[in-house]
Amino acid sequence: MTEVTLQEPWATAERQRVAVQFGMWLFLATETLFFGGLFLTYAVARFSHPAGFVAAAREAEAMFGTINTVVLLTSSLTMAIAERAVREALVPLARAMFAATLMLGVAFLVVKGFEYRSDIVKHLVPGPEFTLSQTGASQFWAFYWTATGVHACHMLIGLGVVTRMLLIPAADLPGRSTTAEGSALYWHLVDLIWVILYALIYLVGR
Amino acid sequence: MTREQRAQVIGQPLRVFAGLLALLLVTFGYAYLPGGPLKTEVALAVAAAKALLIATFFMQLRQAVWLVRLAALGGLVWACFLYIITFSDYLTR
Repeated sequence: MTEVTLQEPWATAERQRVAVQFGMWLFLATETLFFGGLFLTYAVARFSHPAGFVAAAREAEAMFGTINTVVLLTSSLTMAIAERAVREALVPLARAMFAATLMLGVAFLVVKGFEYRSDIVKHLVPGPEFTLSQTGASQFWAFYWTATGVHACHMLIGLGVVTRMLLIPAADLPGRSTTAEGSALYWHLVDLIWVILYALIYLVGR
Repeated sequence: MTREQRAQVIGQPLRVFAGLLALLLVTFGYAYLPGGPLKTEVALAVAAAKALLIATFFMQLRQAVWLVRLAALGGLVWACFLYIITFSDYLTR
């Protein structure tokens, strides 16, 4: 393991590491509450209109959702390897894995784009042209657009975070293991949220 | 790269990834099983298992100090309050 580059105000590498983990997890706890609120609207809407809600979920494109789940799980694997490689000063491996994570993140958004296009063509956007008539159907699709849209925004931020890791000069990278750890925590949370969204959106109507 | 480094840097994340893919296969297969009971419950239980794997190994809560584990748990505990209070109203109307 290489010496960690100390940032203000930390006196030791271990203190800095715990501070980064603690700070990131506090932020991720607010994210848990944010998405928790969204999931609560899902639970209440489904509780109120179970039949219409599940019928609406049947229209979600499970194939796109499943492909994107595999893509995101793989990106979490590459991110986990990248973060550990930084800690072990395996710079070429770390950079290759950060680049792979970036590409998988872009692939996720491209697949999402195709899925959105298909949903729009099928008139699954709540509003005057909305195609489903059951009570609760528009609530499911309002949840779909809100939750996946907000998740995609998180992905975009994640792509920025990974790009930032790639911009750190190779010689400096081994000293930035705490930065890598903070970045990885954020990326994995975006993956974790998707795992729950996958179950709520793509699996319930089958 | 030494053998130890390979096991730590690549081996452990690969094993977790294999577990996640296996769970994905289970949840996808069960969702399409004709007439399978409790589909939503099973889908959510598998999602929770996947989330636990990600948090424990990829997010390294397994090695984290208790202060960090508490911060991680904090979000979940407060989210639980949100659900308990809301559904204590809805389920008792």
